[in-house]
Amino acid sequence: MASRLETLGAALAAAFGDRLTSVVTDRGEITIVVPASGHAALMRELRDRPELRFETLIDVCGVDYSTYGDGVWDGPRFAAVYHLLSVTHNWRLRVRVFATDDDFPVVASIVDVWPCANWFEREAFDLYGIVFEGHPDLRRILTDYGFVGHPFRKDFPISGHVEMRYDPEQKRVIYQPVTIEPREIVPRVIREEHYGGTK
Amino acid sequence: MAEIRNFTMNFGPQHPAAHGVLRLVLELDGEVIERADPHIGLLHRATEKLAETRTYIQSLPYMDRLDYVSMMCNEHAYCLAIERLLGIEVPERAQYIRVMFDEITRILNHLLWLGSHSLDCGAMTPFLYAFREREDLFDVYEAVSGARMHAAYYRPGGVYRDLPDRMPQYQPSKLRSARALRELNEARQGGLLDFIEDFTRRFPKCVDEYEVLLTENRIWKQRTVGIGVVSPERALALGFTGPMLRGSGVAWDLRRKQPYEVYDRMQFEIPVGTNGDCYDRYLVRIAEMRQSNRIIEQCVQWLKVNPGPVIVDNYKVAPPPREAMKTGMEDLIHHFKLFSEGMHVPPGEAYAAIEHPKGEFGVYIVSDGANKPYRVKLRAPDYAHLAALDEMARGHMIADVVAIIGTQDIVFGSIDR
Repeated sequence: MASRLETLGAALAAAFGDRLTSVVTDRGEITIVVPASGHAALMRELRDRPELRFETLIDVCGVDYSTYGDGVWDGPRFAAVYHLLSVTHNWRLRVRVFATDDDFPVVASIVDVWPCANWFEREAFDLYGIVFEGHPDLRRILTDYGFVGHPFRKDFPISGHVEMRYDPEQKRVIYQPVTIEPREIVPRVIREEHYGGTK
Repeated sequence: MAEIRNFTMNFGPQHPAAHGVLRLVLELDGEVIERADPHIGLLHRATEKLAETRTYIQSLPYMDRLDYVSMMCNEHAYCLAIERLLGIEVPERAQYIRVMFDEITRILNHLLWLGSHSLDCGAMTPFLYAFREREDLFDVYEAVSGARMHAAYYRPGGVYRDLPDRMPQYQPSKLRSARALRELNEARQGGLLDFIEDFTRRFPKCVDEYEVLLTENRIWKQRTVGIGVVSPERALALGFTGPMLRGSGVAWDLRRKQPYEVYDRMQFEIPVGTNGDCYDRYLVRIAEMRQSNRIIEQCVQWLKVNPGPVIVDNYKVAPPPREAMKTGMEDLIHHFKLFSEGMHVPPGEAYAAIEHPKGEFGVYIVSDGANKPYRVKLRAPDYAHLAALDEMARGHMIADVVAIIGTQDIVFGSIDR
């Protein structure tokens, strides 16, 4: 397995060299970070180059890094993480693209490289508000019709902003501000390294 | 001349063939599909967001509720991702138990798929037959975890407890004669493994029964042969995995290609289709049930002779044994800390994929070192399959859409998450 990873790492370095911001091998997986400019062209090369041949896009995942490590994060807020799979070579790759503008995150769409990116990109747009430029049909997908906001952003409360109920006087379903307080039973803690004798 | 317009029709969300809450907007030219636009999200519960606000163990039962017909496989992918982040090795016996239950889950899933798919296409009997066998497998789930569906049996580091050496039996009741009771309890005299072994002996004959009803059935073939054909290249581009990909003729199975747990020691074959239509995918899934049965047999043989621990003894990850907790102060503290604060997972990211009954189910976890995951992304196989519905259904009749939804083996728990 290790040699396979090295082969992939060498092939990536030979093909793209300094077009990649970083290449990290961790826990048996290779992650490359790609600048937002020219990322669609690079993805196409990942698919078409015979030594790489990533025929399948497995997943697109939006990430909001704003509260990562309780404030140690210093970098762009939104990223799209792609998981690619090559059936020919039997290897996987993770590609991360940071959107340069935090207020209006834009990443180029790769629907014309892998058609299955369509729904995955719609999902990332719906939940994180990452706009995929060039997407043919960028509608919301998982949230309700007429939903306001992007619910998976870290500043969106877990209880939401509005709740829905039937109003017997108006005889229809109405939206109103939420009446429950968000509560956290187990606080989020980051311990120091080697806490309690862990590795 | 009258103006001819395309007709738009809503299919679902309340429709027995929509397999849950699928709202499908169909644009029709007569009875031919011009465009199919699935509207999903009616069952969206934001599992990924909820997981960010809970400790690692607290989110585990949510995984059962994703794809609620293959519960343990979802847990498996989640546990694998955490284990990869932690860098821990699961005891061998736990690996065998996991493989065995993955395959039991695969049979459970394929039985439900077979029943509902054939029911959609007009065959009632396989549904009843399939539920007969599902009942036995639910009893297996219940014996091992206490729950018939949402087991929460796999844990990061192993499984919750060892297999019981006594299978629960039916109790006397006014509704059953003594003879009926004896017959019901006949296979339940020994332990759980004996019951499963008995099941694996019975099951191939049950699959023959389903095949007698369907494989050469003229109506079934008319409804499925040549419907929803996907070429291998297109299947890869559309992100198909699992039986959907193998039905198109690509021999890709993670259990063989990227083996996890002890799949590399198992003897099994990977069935592959040739035409990529609904009928081939049906044959692939039927053959998969037979192969799963083989794997279960092998696991039972190994588990019967190899006792051992079923969860790691790292108390930062797994709770200490209950009897130690009654006497040892340190064990008590470990238990308390683990279930109140939870485990801390080192910073980093990991993606773990398993060969779920429906395809590749992946869990991608980003950790920043806290007791809760920073981001969890669940990659559901049927999400990608449903996205291709438009392409597969175009040019077919309305009745074929039902067959295509059936062949995709869609469950909304995992599509909407």
